[in-house]
Amino acid sequence: MTNTGDTSLLRARGLRKDYGKANAHLRAVDGVDLEVAAGETVAVMGPSGCGKSTLLHLLGGLERPTAGEVRLAGRRVDNVGERAVARLRRDAVGFVFQAFHLLDELTTIENVELPALLAGRSPRAARRRATSLLEQVGLADRAGFLPSALSGGQRQRVAIARALANDPLVVLADEPTGNLDSAATVEVLRLFDSLHAAGQTLVIVTHDSRIAATADRLISMRDGAFVDETRLTGGTGLSRSTGLSGSTGLSGSTGDAGAAGGGLGAFAGLEG
Amino acid sequence: MARPMLSRALLIGRLAARDLRHRPSEAALLLLAITAAATMLSLGLVLHGTTVRPYQRTRAATAGPDIVATAFPGPNASQPADLAGLTSLEKARGVAASSGPYPATWASLRGGGYLTPAMVEGRDQAQPPVDRPELTQGSWIRPGAVVLERGFAQALGVGVGDRVTLNGRWFTVAGIAVSAAIPSYPSVCAVGCILDSPSLPPGHPGLAWTTRAVARSLATPGEPLVWFLNLRLASPASAATYAATYDSTSTAATAPYLNSWQDIAAADGRQVSTEETVLLVGSWLLGLLAVASVAVLAGGRMADQLRRVGLLKAVGATPGLVALVLLAEHLVLALTAAALGLAVGWLAAPLLTNPGAGLLGSAGPPSLTPSVAGLVVAVALGVAVAATLVPAIRGARTSTVGALAGAARPPKRRAIVTRLSARMPVPLLLGMRLAARRPRRALLSAASVAVTVTGVVAVLMVHARFDANPSAYGQLGNPQVNRVGQVMTVITVALIVMAAVNALLITWATVLDARRSSALARALGSTPSQVSAGLAVAQMLPALAAAIVGIPAGMLLYGSLKNGRSMTYPPAWWLASVVVATPLVVGALALVPSRVAARASVAPVLQAETA
Repeated sequence: MTNTGDTSLLRARGLRKDYGKANAHLRAVDGVDLEVAAGETVAVMGPSGCGKSTLLHLLGGLERPTAGEVRLAGRRVDNVGERAVARLRRDAVGFVFQAFHLLDELTTIENVELPALLAGRSPRAARRRATSLLEQVGLADRAGFLPSALSGGQRQRVAIARALANDPLVVLADEPTGNLDSAATVEVLRLFDSLHAAGQTLVIVTHDSRIAATADRLISMRDGAFVDETRLTGGTGLSRSTGLSGSTGLSGSTGDAGAAGGGLGAFAGLEG
Repeated sequence: MARPMLSRALLIGRLAARDLRHRPSEAALLLLAITAAATMLSLGLVLHGTTVRPYQRTRAATAGPDIVATAFPGPNASQPADLAGLTSLEKARGVAASSGPYPATWASLRGGGYLTPAMVEGRDQAQPPVDRPELTQGSWIRPGAVVLERGFAQALGVGVGDRVTLNGRWFTVAGIAVSAAIPSYPSVCAVGCILDSPSLPPGHPGLAWTTRAVARSLATPGEPLVWFLNLRLASPASAATYAATYDSTSTAATAPYLNSWQDIAAADGRQVSTEETVLLVGSWLLGLLAVASVAVLAGGRMADQLRRVGLLKAVGATPGLVALVLLAEHLVLALTAAALGLAVGWLAAPLLTNPGAGLLGSAGPPSLTPSVAGLVVAVALGVAVAATLVPAIRGARTSTVGALAGAARPPKRRAIVTRLSARMPVPLLLGMRLAARRPRRALLSAASVAVTVTGVVAVLMVHARFDANPSAYGQLGNPQVNRVGQVMTVITVALIVMAAVNALLITWATVLDARRSSALARALGSTPSQVSAGLAVAQMLPALAAAIVGIPAGMLLYGSLKNGRSMTYPPAWWLASVVVATPLVVGALALVPSRVAARASVAPVLQAETA
């Protein structure tokens, strides 16, 4: 997959994930190589069931690969203990899910501050950070609302703010607009654009070409393997296609390595 | 008309059977829980009055008297017993037959390593028409040999052929027998005792039969002879009235005193009254715990059932048909469980009863009356109807699409708990929030633990009472203490086991309900240990509250059953141990399902929620 030299923040080598045994055997991810540079946005597209979400779970340590390795900031993710991988998820990874996965009984701000509390931050610091993030995603006035009182787009913005609560090195987003209508998709799109501009490293699995268009690179996936990589410019359109196939991985691209981590300091203002 | 109804019934039966077969483990668990409730309820109900029948069996086997008349000497032996007055009763109106009068006195008996007082009754070699003690071992009295009442012999630990002394004179134990004329050990004195002699050891006397000559020879000025006359009345049922009327009209100091067979049966019954009370109360407590299990399981099935209601509605079933299908399922389970529970309760009852060794045989299978069976079946059906109604009504109220989604009730928001828990370490943060999400489940969990702690505290108070009065029974001790102790041990173990099962079921229900939030917590960086500790804490918090509530509740329970006795409190450290140990035990139990759940893969849960 794309080589970003020494600047690669997230790296996968020969990644494979099998489910089931014998007759019911399924290879969800088949020999994937991937390197993501710090500050880079990578979009992964492909048909349903091609293994995109599984890949994301492997990269974030939610699942363990059958073979291959994953490194985040140079540290192995795939072969460490549950406690270590939990710490890594807490401190270095932010997840955004298609179904938002907000806790219904917690208010917006309580949902956003939760990762910081789980990381052992003081309630005051966690609240301060959550308030700041809600301001940045344009939902400061919804801080005391329950998720059920928010629109789909607003919920996903809350989920994105939550993903950023611990200043992660990388945000992994799984179909972030899959459950949203067009207007809400635009809200989220703008948010990702701002994140990208702020230098946040992003890996986005999506069906939505508008989301994919905000990426530095677009990777196509089929039957568990990468089949194509496209380098995009400026987050606005396609620049070139490398036309790769099979599970050999993509190469030859160079990315604009931005700063690791980031936050939303440079966000364009979003309306609540 | 009949055909559509038949095909509708067949459809309902088929749908119900399919669902039961589709989820056999859930059906089995529900069956088990209702069976446990029905068993405990049956046990409690059929144990009532189990001691009456052994006495009556003994009375029939020994030609037991309707009246035992006793002639005592005057105070301090100033006047001899009125033997003439006693024998005049043989010819009194309403008396059909008699035996005696037999001389009796009290002596020191040494046997089986114990020194204890004994009532010694002089009898003839030939058995009389009224009160023929039934030998359960050995042979009847002969010169130089005694027969011991069975309860007394068991307490002493002596058998046929053993040697005992009466006031220092050696005798061989020729036999062991039971009688309905005198309450069995240690209640012999319920018909009257003279234990004035300082030479008698302390304790409750047991009964020894000897020849008349021996009984007479053992009498001393301190322990003078008394005389027993056994009467059979023409109308045995009127014995209590007969005795009461006679006793109330006899004013002379040496006038015979009459005890009816009902008095003696009651004295025997009092021996096991504590056991009966412990069993009955224990069974009700166990029944409550079993009902809590059913509630947990039925609640756990709710989301599934709701989804099923949606599915049936989607393919055209009316709400009525859906309700009938659910009802049919639960009725099959409830009726099977009720039958099993009644059978198990009926068979298990004799194992828990011991009417005292002084009576013939065990309690035997207690009576399974129609009212007992009716009540147990009604409770089981009540559970079935409740388990049906809630999802049926919720399903009818929910749109088909909503029901198909089968979403569980939204969790409760508790702002104070959320704020407070933010200041806690991660396991406490997760635990407090989990407990607050489902207050009804937390309440059920607390109620289950509180019932157990209540029972345990009441048992501790009974032990404290026994410990506070150790000397009243002399060297032999109180056999009732041992029997009640055994019954209390069985009940306590059963309560703890049921509460443990409930704790596991409730934890498992919490684990299932909190699957998404637990997976999310792990996706956000919580370790499996933190999540499993959080799930355990969610069970420990209600358990701690329940343990604290259970202490006064147990005292109240004991207070309501102490039957006029003064309250005896166990040492404070016993109660403190209960409060400390209860949440720890619940937490340890909860760790098992919690750890299994916390180690499950996160991604499939979050994926399933997306789908």
